[in-house]
Amino acid sequence: MRHTLAVLVENKPGVLARVSGLFSRRGYNIDSLAVGMTENPEISRMTIVVEGDDRVLAQVISQLSKLIDVISVSDLPSSESVDRGLALIKVAADMDTRAEILQIAGIFRAKIIDISAETLVIEVTGDKGKIRAIENMLGRFGIKEVVRTGRVALHRGTKTVGGEYR
Amino acid sequence: MTDTPISGAKALINCLKNEGVDTIFGYPGGVLLPLYDELYDSDINHILVRHEQCAAHAADGYARATGKVGVCLATSGPGATNLVTGIANAYMDSTPIVAITGQVPTPMIGNDAFQEADITGITLPITKHNYLVRDAEDLPWVVKEAFYIASTGRPGPVLIDLPKDITTDEFEFIYPKKTHLRGYHPDVGIDEDAVKRAASMILDSECPVIYAGGGVIISDSSSELLRLAETIQAPVTTTLLGIGAFPQSNKLSLRMLGMHGTKYANYAVQESDLLIAIGARFDDRVTGKIDAFAPHAKVIHIDIDPAEIRKNVRVDLPVIGDAKTILQSLNSHLQKMQTRSGAWLGKIDAWKKKHPLSYVQSDDVIKPQYVIQEIHRACPDAIIVTEVGQNQMWAAQYFQFENPRTFITSGGLGTMGYGFPAAIGAKVGCPDRTVIDIAGDGSFQMVSQELATVATNNIKVIVAILNNSYLGMVRQWQELFFDERYSYTDISQSVDFVKLAEAYNLVGIRAEKPSEVPAAISEALSADRTVVIDFVVDPTENVFPMVPAGAAINEILDPEVAA
Repeated sequence: MRHTLAVLVENKPGVLARVSGLFSRRGYNIDSLAVGMTENPEISRMTIVVEGDDRVLAQVISQLSKLIDVISVSDLPSSESVDRGLALIKVAADMDTRAEILQIAGIFRAKIIDISAETLVIEVTGDKGKIRAIENMLGRFGIKEVVRTGRVALHRGTKTVGGEYR
Repeated sequence: MTDTPISGAKALINCLKNEGVDTIFGYPGGVLLPLYDELYDSDINHILVRHEQCAAHAADGYARATGKVGVCLATSGPGATNLVTGIANAYMDSTPIVAITGQVPTPMIGNDAFQEADITGITLPITKHNYLVRDAEDLPWVVKEAFYIASTGRPGPVLIDLPKDITTDEFEFIYPKKTHLRGYHPDVGIDEDAVKRAASMILDSECPVIYAGGGVIISDSSSELLRLAETIQAPVTTTLLGIGAFPQSNKLSLRMLGMHGTKYANYAVQESDLLIAIGARFDDRVTGKIDAFAPHAKVIHIDIDPAEIRKNVRVDLPVIGDAKTILQSLNSHLQKMQTRSGAWLGKIDAWKKKHPLSYVQSDDVIKPQYVIQEIHRACPDAIIVTEVGQNQMWAAQYFQFENPRTFITSGGLGTMGYGFPAAIGAKVGCPDRTVIDIAGDGSFQMVSQELATVATNNIKVIVAILNNSYLGMVRQWQELFFDERYSYTDISQSVDFVKLAEAYNLVGIRAEKPSEVPAAISEALSADRTVVIDFVVDPTENVFPMVPAGAAINEILDPEVAA
């Protein structure tokens, strides 16, 4: 089972290594990881998608919480949160196929951010399923390259993570 | 406090004195020259070891004997990497030490400079926390935090990496009064509801067993444990690191459990209906086959580290927090229980009578167990430190421990070569106590160069080598599980330990017959300097009882079966 964790950490050198090292040495699987500064420049937020049952999740949360530079760890259940990832897809496109690709991009509300005589670069945001769906649709045109970000997530409604520390 | 700028080196000394540090175990080197120049004038006692690993072990032994934070110091590169085993050892056994390492100057970091090693990277998985100081003005709060983190919550090692330019930069020194750590809150308070539920589970149980670990000693809650056990009339078994947490002369003592624990401790755990774990972590040497461990018991797990809960075993009731506070509260909820346990304690007494620890004494050859018993007879109040292997298990089995901080041993990491330097640390921390390292001939040879440290610093410890000419524990496993194929475990004819001691101007004594054992011990006790006793013991003696790795803890090999 996949779980999405929002982890507030001190924005200091080496913190990412502390977190990723913990996952590797204790044998936890990271599905995706995204890091960025929060509204407070002293604090970074990691969104970590981790694979495992409830026991593994409990261990991950308590082991993460033991790291001195980790300020808070919150589990974001999918029913109570929104999450997005972003992918850039470079797809082969010539005079004959360009129009159809643009149409597919439009259906997925994806953006064209680069164009050449032989390629298009498409930016798409969404959950994992949506990104996989557009990849499937573009496959037959010839995908040259794909790059994805880790997933980022927020609670729905007024709820936030980390409370007082932010 | 001062308004005139001082160097980072001077500031570090000030920081250490603010933290009450009286002793450092260390070894100098290039990047540490400015710091050692300050130490030269300082009233901090610096013990020069002969290998940095032993500085870390000595700091560890000092910490375990005194309850204070131990401090070790090593130079950059190889000095720092030599500390690694000692730091890992302290991490596994939750010992508070602060390790300070030199580092190449900040502008050179990352350039593979001479004697550069990324020691904060290397020690990431074996420290509670670590720091690379990048600005001299950070030094006071870094040191403040390091000691706070090392000594609070579940204690552990903290490393401070100190680039050379940080020690020479000058700044106005102010020592912070407190720390501000957003991500560290060791005082978790107490969950009174959980304590009440624990009390009612105890009242409902017929066959409870208390399983006490090193956390009882760390949290200084031995008297609370004694009161709990006597109130609820529950037998108490301890882990290796929990030895000393409960007086072994008490009729409720089951001594140690697990792989080389007593049969009656293991049987009691297996038949218990309630296991009360206090400051213990269900290590595999304790549980054996995990699915078959304490199969009938509900489990209450009292621990300060939430990550230990359900890490290895199912737990019915976790109680998170400081063991002392929790036990005080628990004791206040319980009243003396006269009615329970006639049957349970009777059963346990029968096991104790039927399955005492035993060995076959000899008139011709010294049995290692006999040496331990004689040491106990001669010096029951000693601080016993051990190496790792058979010597360690015999010390755990055949000495009688009554008080916390009297048994110092490498549990989690099982570090050969720990005992002698840890004994040095314990003696420096407790100069009025007799400190005895129960050693093996293999382990001692890993660290025998520290004889120079005790000789030059006038530190008296007793190294009692149970010399069986083998790497004995490995030999035992080869005998039992590898068809008696003794691959590279015969270390006979290594060295004359008596002459080795004498070469350092210390005392060496050899005992080759059982009748010589008592005199050797009393001569060692009355000597004015460190003594190495070479007890030439039965080379084929094995440690029993023994639960083979992976078996349930009531599937026990005993001498009759094994013979």
